[in-house]
Amino acid sequence: MRTNGPLALTFHAIFVVVMLAPIVVVCLVAFTPEGYLSLPTTGFSLRWFRAIANYPEFVHAFWVSLGLGALSSFVALLFAVPAALAIARYKFRGRDALAALFLSPLMIPHVVLGIAFLRFFTSIGMSGGFVGLLVAHVVVVFPFALRLTLAAATGMDRSVEMAAVSLGAGDWTLFRRVTLPLILPGVVSGWALAFIQSFDDLTMTVFLAAPGTETLPVRMFLYVQDNIDPLVTSVSASVIAITMTALILLDRFYGLDRVLAGKSDPGR
Amino acid sequence: MSAGIDTAQANVTATADARDVRAAWALTAPALMLFIGVLVIPLAMTVMLSFHDWGQYKGIEPVFILKNWREIATDPYYAEMFWRTFRIALLTTLITALFGAPEAYILNRMSPRWKSLFLLVILGPLLISVVARTLGWALLFGGNNGLVNKLLMSLGLIGSPLRFMFTETGMVVALAHVMMPFMVLSVWAALQRVDPQIENAALSLGAGPLTIIRRIIMPQIMPGVLSGAIIVFSLSASAFATPAIIGGRRLKVAATLAYDEFLNTLNWPLGAAVAILLLVALVLIVVGSNGLIERRYAEMFR
Repeated sequence: MRTNGPLALTFHAIFVVVMLAPIVVVCLVAFTPEGYLSLPTTGFSLRWFRAIANYPEFVHAFWVSLGLGALSSFVALLFAVPAALAIARYKFRGRDALAALFLSPLMIPHVVLGIAFLRFFTSIGMSGGFVGLLVAHVVVVFPFALRLTLAAATGMDRSVEMAAVSLGAGDWTLFRRVTLPLILPGVVSGWALAFIQSFDDLTMTVFLAAPGTETLPVRMFLYVQDNIDPLVTSVSASVIAITMTALILLDRFYGLDRVLAGKSDPGR
Repeated sequence: MSAGIDTAQANVTATADARDVRAAWALTAPALMLFIGVLVIPLAMTVMLSFHDWGQYKGIEPVFILKNWREIATDPYYAEMFWRTFRIALLTTLITALFGAPEAYILNRMSPRWKSLFLLVILGPLLISVVARTLGWALLFGGNNGLVNKLLMSLGLIGSPLRFMFTETGMVVALAHVMMPFMVLSVWAALQRVDPQIENAALSLGAGPLTIIRRIIMPQIMPGVLSGAIIVFSLSASAFATPAIIGGRRLKVAATLAYDEFLNTLNWPLGAAVAILLLVALVLIVVGSNGLIERRYAEMFR
């Protein structure tokens, strides 16, 4: 009973093919020599990859996405690490309510968040800027940063901390030399998951981005709305290649299951 | 004497407790202020916005009227749009459950090497932009002679080409693909708690494979399927990119309609009302079904 029968394996094969098909198709079409989207493609050409260079908006958007993801995940951790330590260690009134508030961006549809942030930033005269975008992303990725840090802080052995205190370590030394190194794996996972969330977000960002602060998903989405040509497939293929490389490196040096563990239930 | 020591002890604990509470609030204060300032206040402003007036030339007027809500309640266009949104989300949820649960079960029975490879293949798409994945479906759907239609017709499954682009069918197929990893992951997590010995016991007692799946596996993974279903449903009902690309400009769902009102029509109050209604409906549905599941499977969560 522990092995799969032929029926199960057929089902599995079809399932995997369907899961991969759209991604493979995007990558195949990216190599078309034609000036339009053709499937199946007749030849092989890199012209649409070279075309990316003539469309600097995509390259710029890629750097915006990268910077925004790295920075917003970092800033989110600056807020999330102390909060996670407090929630993990102290029993105080309002703790559950606080935790619920901090995880609430997971529950709120991103279209609602986008609208709320657009309304807010417009009324305080900060719409379209990078700072507004950054603050919005910090809030949206905060639950991911918090949850993984919280998991690490909850499972931490506190006797090392007590030893440090008994040896006369001050609060800051204690945090920097003992607590932070112990929860670091959780913090790193939190940063990685937060980065992925920020890098992939379209629905919220599309409300806030202005020309110049457009992220890659937003630029791709707006491009597809106006014209469909192979350029957007070659951009997609490049992003897929970069993602895969990052994944393989991450898996090699860190272990993918450790990072993905926190993504198991994004709903709540 | 001993009473005095007890009181002193209690005082020490009380001050320690008070210090803990102070420390806890000091540590959470920055995040709390961030959330109040940049999440609670903007959401409250959006709720207020939905009661404001709007006109083509006068713009947004900060008054308190029920115009937008009345329009949504009375104009059948909105009822149809919300019904479509939730119909698509429900169908997507059913499809992911129907295919994702068996797949998770099959995956779980593979050897560790294959298991981790295929888990990566199925979860990997989560990291690829939704725009790219949806674009792939748009390419596969094509027109009448798209690849999907050619394949289905050569298999004899359909007689004439189906329309996928700009239809709900296409939206459901593409959304099911986008949401599938969440369902597989959720069922997978439930399967990790299933003791394989129970299956062996049933086998040794003479149960056939179908009986085992129906009587042993299904009841145990049902909480996983249901919590996956809640995730998939709420994400599908608020999905934006896939409905926008596959549905085009005419076939609207709640998220794309709100987007249109905000960035094309510029009727922000109406868009805010649509978004708030979506949020409230989703919260009610999610909280309601969560409660139902927890009551039904109370013993599983202990």
